[in-house]
Amino acid sequence: MTGSAQPSRQMTAAQPLHVIIATDCGSTTTKAILIEKLGNEYRQTFRGEAPTTVEAPFEDVTRGVLNSLAELEELSGRKILDGERIITPNRAAQGEPRVGVDIYISTSSAGGGLQMMVAGAVQSMTGESAQRCALGAGAIVMDVLASNDGRLPHEKIERIRSLRPDMILLSGGTDGGTVTHVVEMAEYISAAEPRPRLGISYQLPLIYAGNKDARDRITEILGGKTSLVITDNIRPVLERENLGPARTKIHDLFLEHVMAQAPGYKKLLEWTGAPIMPTPAAVGLIMETIAKKENLNLIGVDIGGATTDVFSVFGGVFNRTVSANLGLSYSVSNVLAEAGLASILRWVPFTIEEQTLRNRIKNKMIRPTTIPQTLDELQIEQAIAREALRLALAHHASLATGLKGVQQERTISDIFEQKTSGESLIDMLQLDLIVGSGGILSHAPRRVQAMLMMVDAYEPLGVTRLSVDSIFMMPHLGVLSTVNEQAATDVFVRDCMIYLGTCVAPIGRGKDGERCADYTITFGEGRSPECGTLAFGELRLFPLGRDDRAQIELRPAKQVDLGEGKGVSVTRDVRGGEVGLLLQLPTDSQKRLAALIRWHRAVDLYPGKG
Amino acid sequence: MGHAYTPGLTVTERTVIRKPRLLPIPGTVLAKAGDRVRAETVVARAELPGKVHVVNVANLLGVAPDEVRDYLVKKEGEAVSQDEVIAENRPFIKWFKTEVRSPIRGKVESVSTITGQMLLREPPRPLERLAYVDGAVVDLHPAHGVTVETSCSMVQGIFGIGGETWGELVMAVDSPEKTLSAFQLLGYDLGVAITGTEQVGFTLVITEGFGTIPMAAKTFELLAGHAGQKASISGATQIRAGVIRPEILIPWTTGSPDAGSAGRAVPATERSGIRIDDHVRVIRDPLFGRIGRVTALPTELRQIETESVVRVLVVTFADGTSAVIPRANVELMEG
Repeated sequence: MTGSAQPSRQMTAAQPLHVIIATDCGSTTTKAILIEKLGNEYRQTFRGEAPTTVEAPFEDVTRGVLNSLAELEELSGRKILDGERIITPNRAAQGEPRVGVDIYISTSSAGGGLQMMVAGAVQSMTGESAQRCALGAGAIVMDVLASNDGRLPHEKIERIRSLRPDMILLSGGTDGGTVTHVVEMAEYISAAEPRPRLGISYQLPLIYAGNKDARDRITEILGGKTSLVITDNIRPVLERENLGPARTKIHDLFLEHVMAQAPGYKKLLEWTGAPIMPTPAAVGLIMETIAKKENLNLIGVDIGGATTDVFSVFGGVFNRTVSANLGLSYSVSNVLAEAGLASILRWVPFTIEEQTLRNRIKNKMIRPTTIPQTLDELQIEQAIAREALRLALAHHASLATGLKGVQQERTISDIFEQKTSGESLIDMLQLDLIVGSGGILSHAPRRVQAMLMMVDAYEPLGVTRLSVDSIFMMPHLGVLSTVNEQAATDVFVRDCMIYLGTCVAPIGRGKDGERCADYTITFGEGRSPECGTLAFGELRLFPLGRDDRAQIELRPAKQVDLGEGKGVSVTRDVRGGEVGLLLQLPTDSQKRLAALIRWHRAVDLYPGKG
Repeated sequence: MGHAYTPGLTVTERTVIRKPRLLPIPGTVLAKAGDRVRAETVVARAELPGKVHVVNVANLLGVAPDEVRDYLVKKEGEAVSQDEVIAENRPFIKWFKTEVRSPIRGKVESVSTITGQMLLREPPRPLERLAYVDGAVVDLHPAHGVTVETSCSMVQGIFGIGGETWGELVMAVDSPEKTLSAFQLLGYDLGVAITGTEQVGFTLVITEGFGTIPMAAKTFELLAGHAGQKASISGATQIRAGVIRPEILIPWTTGSPDAGSAGRAVPATERSGIRIDDHVRVIRDPLFGRIGRVTALPTELRQIETESVVRVLVVTFADGTSAVIPRANVELMEG
């Protein structure tokens, strides 16, 4: 794997890292960033980008990488390339501080990323576990097959044959449990003779992570037809998932098979000082790292042109989902189809003819690189974004659940509170931080627009901090965290995150204009406290800078809950950001358009009108 | 990334295109290098494995899966016809006899003693790859197909539905301003811009976009000039990485002037960017569909109505009016 002119992974990992370059080879753009150690901390200093070159006429991913690095060289004044070779390590010790880097790392989602099909015995049990496993590894799950998925056997076989995934994950049965169902799925896969998406000369990789008692039979059925890898059961007992070993195998096979088939990747694999990761896996990793380090419950979202990825960490449990057809350009029309016109229109602060809106959305789909030129167009795009974000979170919440099929131990006190197994882990009241990423959020002309899009879509409850990714460097930081966690977290906190502020949102119902809560906000030195009454249907914004903190005391009406129970006063420390402290009160308004205009004015959401 | 711009759609009277005509699985190539082919010529053929049907013999006979082999009438690899008995039990009293019959004509693929299933496979289905355009075979891809080259007029559309077909080009209206009546095409909302496999009974190519927009004069005149000639058309569209545009190809026949000599090939690589005097189409509201000429390319970033700060250009239209437009919102008229 290691080219003679390039550093070995072991060597670079052991070296102190002062200068790091990282790229993310996306489906359209390759983004490069330069990270340097300045004093005791790591900072992201320059960025460059170039079109990705996986497709014809270039068909070599390294061209785009070299172009992005050339731009980085130009902007930073650092010599990174010697012809088509990355100069490592940096030559500060030789008296040339502006020459070379210590490590090059990369992520990739070019060529459609990692596309997988998963199969389990029972859809809501091993089927879902397999899906969570593949999604967590950064894959797009093309289909979930299970014995009880409602399809007839020949339909399943046709589906497997037509899909052409990069790899298959087959699970099923707890250890010592059902053999029949998992063998049945293996027989269908065998009959379908599935072929890989890329390359016609190699066998499709298949990971078996099911009942260990069925391994011999699986090997017998699939050993000759697929490139079979056997690993630990992802659901050894019903009460526990064990996704780690299968995820590791997915990453190994991604590198060995999928990446090796993509044009130019063999060369790229030789350049990198750490294994290339699928982009979403790297984003998930940095989110998980930050959540664990700061002991947070968080939701992260990356809304792109074709897909929306949602990540969550609640109580230390990481989940990722990808809504493959919820995006703002290539699949924008699908947001309209799934959400419905009325749902989108409820966020548009003016009236528009239905057919005009449909045409505009379809035109965005077929010309995805265009940008809103008028305020109306911007408002429509942000309305669609709210719905895409909402739908993607709903999808995520349905999969980020506790394990289904687990026996509940009940005591006499539980009789009146019937909880089923498999409830969603997403609890908006326990949520500490929302991290938004993707052009519509990161590049919104006003930061308050990004904040309100997320607040409207996610409806956070209680006290929640919000932020956006500045220039989409989370993938780079994810893969960096595998090499140097300090560098990754330094850059994440200082350069990647742009904190927008905090949203406080009570739960309760009342008529618009009626008292919802009284508040007192105590700021830092030199600023007088503010107090007053908040009414239902109100939206208020208090400026509070990025490094500022405040204390808010809320005394709610008797039917209003702030997380401590109805009518109970709460006091919370809140942190500021580029937008500030947003107080959002519940509404029952039927006069939607008037309310929208009022809210938009209250937070100065758009220039001039609205 | 100073060169970012939206590649335009090609509308050209004369070009040479090469179409790889490949099978999805290995098969037999029927055409030879140098062959003249017509759109309907079969250039390669393969056999797609037949559909698999599953019969759970153990359940139907009420026996354990590991005993199922004892009851088989047909073994693995044997041919079966529809309704033929493939397994049966042998009770003491004939009246209780159960027979399992094949739901299809084909052969026995496998029998499992774990699940008690018998997998039956239908005969292979032939799959033919046609030339799609009139032209000449210029390249062979052993076991996979050929590349067909043709000298033709070409119109790239922005979006289409339906697969490849061909026929005589007929004009439905006599001016680009006239409206073709709207009708519902698919019956469902198309969510993602990857098309070409719709079974709608026809192929549609949209040249400008959605809404009431006149067809670009150049496109209309090109098509009108070839009315009555044979054209090949494909609605297949993919707007993500690996862009595929729908197209209308009108091959220059042997009787056409200059036929046979290579025309100007479609540029395989992107141009370096938009230049002064280039013809562009505005592809976003409020001037969506207007066609004009680039008259200025200011280098500095400008703030537009949305407060975004972007690169812009100035477009002057045929009526003499001009507009400042984000560079992302125009498309080159190529060809």
